Amino acid sequence: MPKHEILSDKEKKEVMAKFDVNESQLPKISISDPVMETMDASPGDIVRITRNSKTAGKAVYYRVVVK
Amino acid sequence: MCMNEQISKTKHLYSPEEAIGVIAAQSLSEPATQMTMRTYHFAGTAGIQVTLGLPRIIEIFDARKELATPTMEVYLTKDYQSAGKAKKVAENIKQVKLRDLVVSDVIDLTNLEIIAKLDSKMMKDLELDIEKVKKAIKLKKVKVEGEGSELRVASTTIDVKNLHKLKYKLMELHIKGIKGVSQVIVNKDRGEWVINTLGSNLKKVLKIEGVDPYRTKCNNMFEMLDVFGVEAARNTIIEQAKYTLDEQGLNVDIRYIMLLADLMTFTGEIKAIGRYGIAGEKKSILARAAFEETKKHLISASIRNDRDELSGIVENIMMNQVIPAGTGSFDLVGHIPKEPMAAAKPETSKPKKSAEKESKKVAKPKAVKAEKKVPAKKAAKAKKTAPKKTKK
Repeated sequence: MPKHEILSDKEKKEVMAKFDVNESQLPKISISDPVMETMDASPGDIVRITRNSKTAGKAVYYRVVVK
Repeated sequence: MCMNEQISKTKHLYSPEEAIGVIAAQSLSEPATQMTMRTYHFAGTAGIQVTLGLPRIIEIFDARKELATPTMEVYLTKDYQSAGKAKKVAENIKQVKLRDLVVSDVIDLTNLEIIAKLDSKMMKDLELDIEKVKKAIKLKKVKVEGEGSELRVASTTIDVKNLHKLKYKLMELHIKGIKGVSQVIVNKDRGEWVINTLGSNLKKVLKIEGVDPYRTKCNNMFEMLDVFGVEAARNTIIEQAKYTLDEQGLNVDIRYIMLLADLMTFTGEIKAIGRYGIAGEKKSILARAAFEETKKHLISASIRNDRDELSGIVENIMMNQVIPAGTGSFDLVGHIPKEPMAAAKPETSKPKKSAEKESKKVAKPKAVKAEKKVPAKKAAKAKKTAPKKTKK
């Protein structure tokens, strides 16, 4: 399973600005997802996922926590 | 957005606004047509028959919850790396029904009893005894007695007629192991003991001692979603699709499968690709009508007085307009200085119009280019549905 981390407010703003998107346009992750249950997440948080990719080595993906 | 995995910084870079979805669709569906012609849809890996080929590909992308052959790959912790210990774990996983333990069974009609003789050697191997078997029989209105290797089951209410039914029920009773796991094979793979199973239940398998929870996996993405989360489910989709295609000797770039898997897990759960999934949830009415069930979508849209924003690709092809993809998704932006306009109002109105005309002229040749890029498949669909619309 790839690494999941919840972003701080500052990082969140940076991510939004970098991709020029709002929360509803990001991929989602359910708050009842087993990984989210182990972390202290609340809806609206953004999770940074660092995947081990076969093509890119490490790939960073973002998901927004939803109900 | 977030596409850095699909377009890693190599020669595989796509231009912005390139219609990568269409390219992915064609790259996957062409090999799929090759698959239909071959008949080997089943193949055994390590003695277990697994669904492969086209049926499996359909299972994956249709996001079926019930698989034809659910399997698990169970890895063991370091302390359990020996043939004997691996076998013990496998025995705890495999389901044992009463049927498997019974050597012979008799129905005693005078006493209304079922007498079953159990295999005592097998019971010893499975670490079972008669008391455990008795405990496992939880049927109502039944008296269970047992001694040594003989099991007597008498019913308090049932008559002779139903005794046979009771016997059948009894034989199917689950005694030990994980329900649904009908086959277990212990293998040594790259110097490590691995248990392959037919039938799956991840939640229960992870609770068994000696099972490594970090690597154990299953080919059912919904189970992976429940136990490990979306990212694990996404990995399962990619792994399984790639494995199935490779198995058939088809070479599909993994980035297309990644794109599809990302799309399927976009909402945090798994969505199918077809009519009941992503294609069925498109915003545009015309795009849905162009895909499948044309009448249904057009009728329900007209009943509800729906509007189509014409923001997608399919609907714009139907309308014979520039599609918002490729070069078609860019507009010309020009800065018209304000001061000269304010100075001479009546005269500037004309130049302004001509400027607009010019910008349109520039935009049009590009649009023609973009339309040519549209694959024949979609264009054909659009043509089919377009005449219907005009009739109505």
